[in-house]
Amino acid sequence: MINKFSWGDAINYIILGIIGIICLVPIFYVFSVSFTDPSVFIPLEFKLIPEKFSLDSYFYIASTSSFKSALTNSVLVTIAGTIINIFVTFTGAYGLSKTSLPGGKVFLALITFTLVFSAGMVPNYILVKGMHLINTYWAIILPVMTNAWSFLVVRSFMVAIPNEIEEAAKIDGCNDISLFVRIIIPLSLPAVATFVLFFAVDHWNSFFNTMLYITNTKMWTLPLLIKSMIMDSGATSGSAAAGIASDQQNVPVETVKMAAIVLSMLPIVVLYPFLQKYFVKGVMIGAVKG
Amino acid sequence: MNEITGVKNKNQNAVPSQKARKTWAAVKQHKFLYLLAAPALIYFAVFKFGPMWGLLMAFKDYSPYKGIFGSPWIGVKLFQDLFKDPFFFYMLRNTVAIAMLKLFFYFPVPIFLAIMLNEVRHNAYRKLVQTVVYFPHFLSWVITASLTVFALSANMGFVNKILASMGKEQILFLVDPNYFWPIVLIQSIWKEAGWGTIIFMAALVSIDLQLYEAALIDGATRLQRIWHVTLPGLLPTIVVLLILRLGQIFDVGFEQILLMQNSLVRDVSEIFDTYSYSQGILQGQYSLGAAVGFFKSCIGLIFLTTSNYLVKKSGNEGIF
Repeated sequence: MINKFSWGDAINYIILGIIGIICLVPIFYVFSVSFTDPSVFIPLEFKLIPEKFSLDSYFYIASTSSFKSALTNSVLVTIAGTIINIFVTFTGAYGLSKTSLPGGKVFLALITFTLVFSAGMVPNYILVKGMHLINTYWAIILPVMTNAWSFLVVRSFMVAIPNEIEEAAKIDGCNDISLFVRIIIPLSLPAVATFVLFFAVDHWNSFFNTMLYITNTKMWTLPLLIKSMIMDSGATSGSAAAGIASDQQNVPVETVKMAAIVLSMLPIVVLYPFLQKYFVKGVMIGAVKG
Repeated sequence: MNEITGVKNKNQNAVPSQKARKTWAAVKQHKFLYLLAAPALIYFAVFKFGPMWGLLMAFKDYSPYKGIFGSPWIGVKLFQDLFKDPFFFYMLRNTVAIAMLKLFFYFPVPIFLAIMLNEVRHNAYRKLVQTVVYFPHFLSWVITASLTVFALSANMGFVNKILASMGKEQILFLVDPNYFWPIVLIQSIWKEAGWGTIIFMAALVSIDLQLYEAALIDGATRLQRIWHVTLPGLLPTIVVLLILRLGQIFDVGFEQILLMQNSLVRDVSEIFDTYSYSQGILQGQYSLGAAVGFFKSCIGLIFLTTSNYLVKKSGNEGIF
């Protein structure tokens, strides 16, 4: 296969290039409009590169209280939620990783069952409501404390850790908890890193549970704010977003909306190139399981 | 004689209690493991099995004041009503239609893409394309839907801006029922097809290079090599993923469809989940919402266990 660059190669490279561009165009367009100087922005004209750059839309959106609070809330929920996810998933996965544990098989079978059958949205809602969690952040953190898929993947990772290491530690006087903290967690750090990323992205992007359980607009996270700014525009949303949209004397609504989107995907855009390999590794760990 | 039977009896009595004692000893020996597992076990018990009691609602005339247990039984009346509801037909049709569109037009895309990436000889170029096509996977459906609005809406969409600059009439993509399914399909391909290549790329790596060399010696062209070596190498992965996909055929993308839905395209966009949400939670008809959810979960269970069984029968490891 050392023949020279052929026509087939050229076509392949070009098609892949076009596919890559298609993936980026909508994102690039949003970036471009968000950086357009409000004075040269014309609503019905298509421009891929702005005539005049400015950060006015960003200054404006960053100055609104609804954006600031949504950003704070998103960061808060993402950090708290991810810490809880990691704790519950890894302790649980290790706890159930020994075949000698009485009842372990039953627990695993039950957990696997939740993978294929769920009670559905309404019973979940009734439960969360019954626990008086509506309009608290617990409502969007506790129901997704872990999930069966991550749990089983992490468990299969724990099972693969050689028993000899644990036996040696036990002879040295470790109990299961100190063994978990001192040996298992340091050995699982790559898995921890991968799952931190998965859980954090899930929390950052989470939208439906927040919409379902958080009705107080002051507690909204970024996806909710973005949704109400862009998807519900036109509709009478007497909400946080209306506060942003109504004040448009100096800054056009459209550039502000785009700036909000750019800011809400910024952490992912910035971190993604560095973390991509961890995500791919995570998928591979999962693929081994099934 | 008596003595012997007595001993025997004693032994028989001793066996179970000894076994129980052994189990108890094992439980005590593992007490810290139970402690570690406790948060997760409590989570699954409360948030995964807890709501299953709520399914009783589907057979009751639930009222929040009376609670699940206090509400009167109505049997399967809600299911009978549901099957008679014209929207039931729409939901079923929309679910099947969107699932089929995704199966025929979305499912093959990552396979083609993976083969094309595999043919790229410059590692840097392949990595670049991979980085770019994986990226949309990490954007939320809210962002994806917003980008769709910026692409297609009447007043903000760049497609309509381009049409306007060419002197053509606007197309109301987002409120026209004819465009709803294609838009949902294209969104899915844009967001997930690149990420979907990962598993095929992994399968490609494991194909024996000697097969390619042998094909080359036999004078096979590149397309012949793809057809006779690459594709057969991918086939087991394709079969497994296809069966698993069929198992989840009723999950057609709830958040995505909820975000793209509006009153003008309701007939083509209503699926079981969105109906459960709008009727069950927004309209407060909890029992109806629970019944729809229960129906969907049961169908899902049947499809998923069947597909898992087929995957296992084909000699692969299933998901459970």
